[in-house]
Amino acid sequence: MSPTSLSRRDVLLGACACCVSSIARGAASAAEQTLTTDEVATGIHIRHGVDEDATPANSGAIANIGFIIGKQAVAVMDPGGSLIDGQRLRATIRKVTKLPIRYVVMSHVHPDHIFGAGAFVDDKPQFVGHALLPNALAQRGEYYRVRLDQQLGKGQAGPVVAPTLLVKDKSEIDLGGRTLEITAHGTAHTDCDLSVLDRQTRTLLLSDLLFVKRVPSLDGSLKGWLAELAKLKTVAARRAVPGHGPTGVDWPEASRDLERYLATLQKETRAAIAKGVEIDQASRTVALSERDQWTLFDDYNGHNVTRAYKELEWD
Amino acid sequence: MGLNRSSLLKVLAWPIVGGLVLLATLPTAFADEEYDQDRAARWKQLQESLFPHRQVLDSGGIVSIDAPPRALDAALVPIELHISGSKPVKGVYLVIDDNPAPMAGHFVFGPKADPRELKLRVRVNAYTNIHAVVETQDGQLHAATKFVKAAGGCSAPAGSDDAAALADMGRMKLRLLGEFTADKPMQAQLMIRHPNFNGMQMNQITRFYTPPRFIRSIDATYDGAQVFHLDADISLSTDPVITFGFVPHAKGQMKVVAQDSSNAVFDHSFDVPGGTPGAAPAG
Repeated sequence: MSPTSLSRRDVLLGACACCVSSIARGAASAAEQTLTTDEVATGIHIRHGVDEDATPANSGAIANIGFIIGKQAVAVMDPGGSLIDGQRLRATIRKVTKLPIRYVVMSHVHPDHIFGAGAFVDDKPQFVGHALLPNALAQRGEYYRVRLDQQLGKGQAGPVVAPTLLVKDKSEIDLGGRTLEITAHGTAHTDCDLSVLDRQTRTLLLSDLLFVKRVPSLDGSLKGWLAELAKLKTVAARRAVPGHGPTGVDWPEASRDLERYLATLQKETRAAIAKGVEIDQASRTVALSERDQWTLFDDYNGHNVTRAYKELEWD
Repeated sequence: MGLNRSSLLKVLAWPIVGGLVLLATLPTAFADEEYDQDRAARWKQLQESLFPHRQVLDSGGIVSIDAPPRALDAALVPIELHISGSKPVKGVYLVIDDNPAPMAGHFVFGPKADPRELKLRVRVNAYTNIHAVVETQDGQLHAATKFVKAAGGCSAPAGSDDAAALADMGRMKLRLLGEFTADKPMQAQLMIRHPNFNGMQMNQITRFYTPPRFIRSIDATYDGAQVFHLDADISLSTDPVITFGFVPHAKGQMKVVAQDSSNAVFDHSFDVPGGTPGAAPAG
């Protein structure tokens, strides 16, 4: 090895070691912070996510995430919107219980729900996902990771964690005296949505199958989402936990706004297609009556119309 | 949370796509609209490689482009081409300067065409100028330009619509826009189910790219007479949609034949009037 390359290598190693250790120190203290959670039902703790897009200021903590404690184990749903969000969720769990974290439910592929999974790898839980989640992660995981790093700062996103326990239709998780029913849904919000029903308290954790106040985002099928929502409304639950919005809401009453939005999107997009209104024009005119009902409406509605249009024009 | 395809990576590893003329030696992907000079230089180089030894004149009022200045979805940017009809035209080229394969499509008009308005949906990979170059019957080239802000459309990961398109590949719809009157020009919207994989979607577990498979050509004929022939490339969006004008002499049949890069041929015939029921175009 030439002296030049040797010294260059040394310099690089030195620089790396020192910045890694300072980052690690900073991350360790930030990760020890705990989250404020609501105990929406006995043993079900939910952190409210802010109605924003991911920024360095919010650390990607923009979705409702939380955990459920049984007699013998803990289940997480969802692990959070970044590695640090997941680390803080883990620190929060550890303040409440010493029980092992046996399951981490990843409700769907979107980064604001699952990038905290890296914080739980050392617990060696089962990472639970929809049967189609591995494919969705293969298509998008790395893309999301790079984009989240751009939004939050380099290295902040955390790794893409693959699910280890796949659900095709229905499955059950036993936390010791507490059984969770897991349902894999047909294409709705995305093509890989899971919901969880806690039998003991009749609490339905819906993640992004339910949006409250924050404008829904459509990344699966509009018709499929309406169909899944109709089925979910028949589930006898005392309360639901939406993916965005308040941490606990009445069920099925809290589905009303979402259903109205999706129905309006469907009706007005169909009308635009029938009249020959082009997709671009439709994205600026459809569902505007919903504008005052939701936060972040202008950031997402046009996209939702585009997706709805692409789906419905083939009817 | 939605997949916001319009905010994306400006630096991309472009795999080689079989069968394409990749203009790899040219500067690509200028990310900022301030680089007007660079854009002009790129267009000059593109002209020399795409139209060698030919002069490309300004639009001269013969052609113009409409596109959203900031695209909502970079994988589906609606483009409208308007051709004045003041001079008879042979065809029109659509060039997306900073796409990996800039020549997005070349329409050649047949005797049954009404070339005055064309609409299509394309993928846009980086902030770019888009050029429409009309070739008149007397052999002149006239170009119109439009700057479009969109990025990431070529490498955006597959969505659920891609899966639907693959499952349903080759299905077509023809919507007639407006009333049928013999010998009066009318518009039709052709839709083809096809994922139009461009070879730039990577499976991030296997690290393999989904192999390219895209519509390469479309022929539309009316009662045996050509309406248009399109040579297309990887820039058409998933489920290509093309709106075009034609002049039906009488009730007849629109036949559409599409061929993809795997040499699969899809053909359908539609009754005119009839086909798939259409509706009057929006005012």
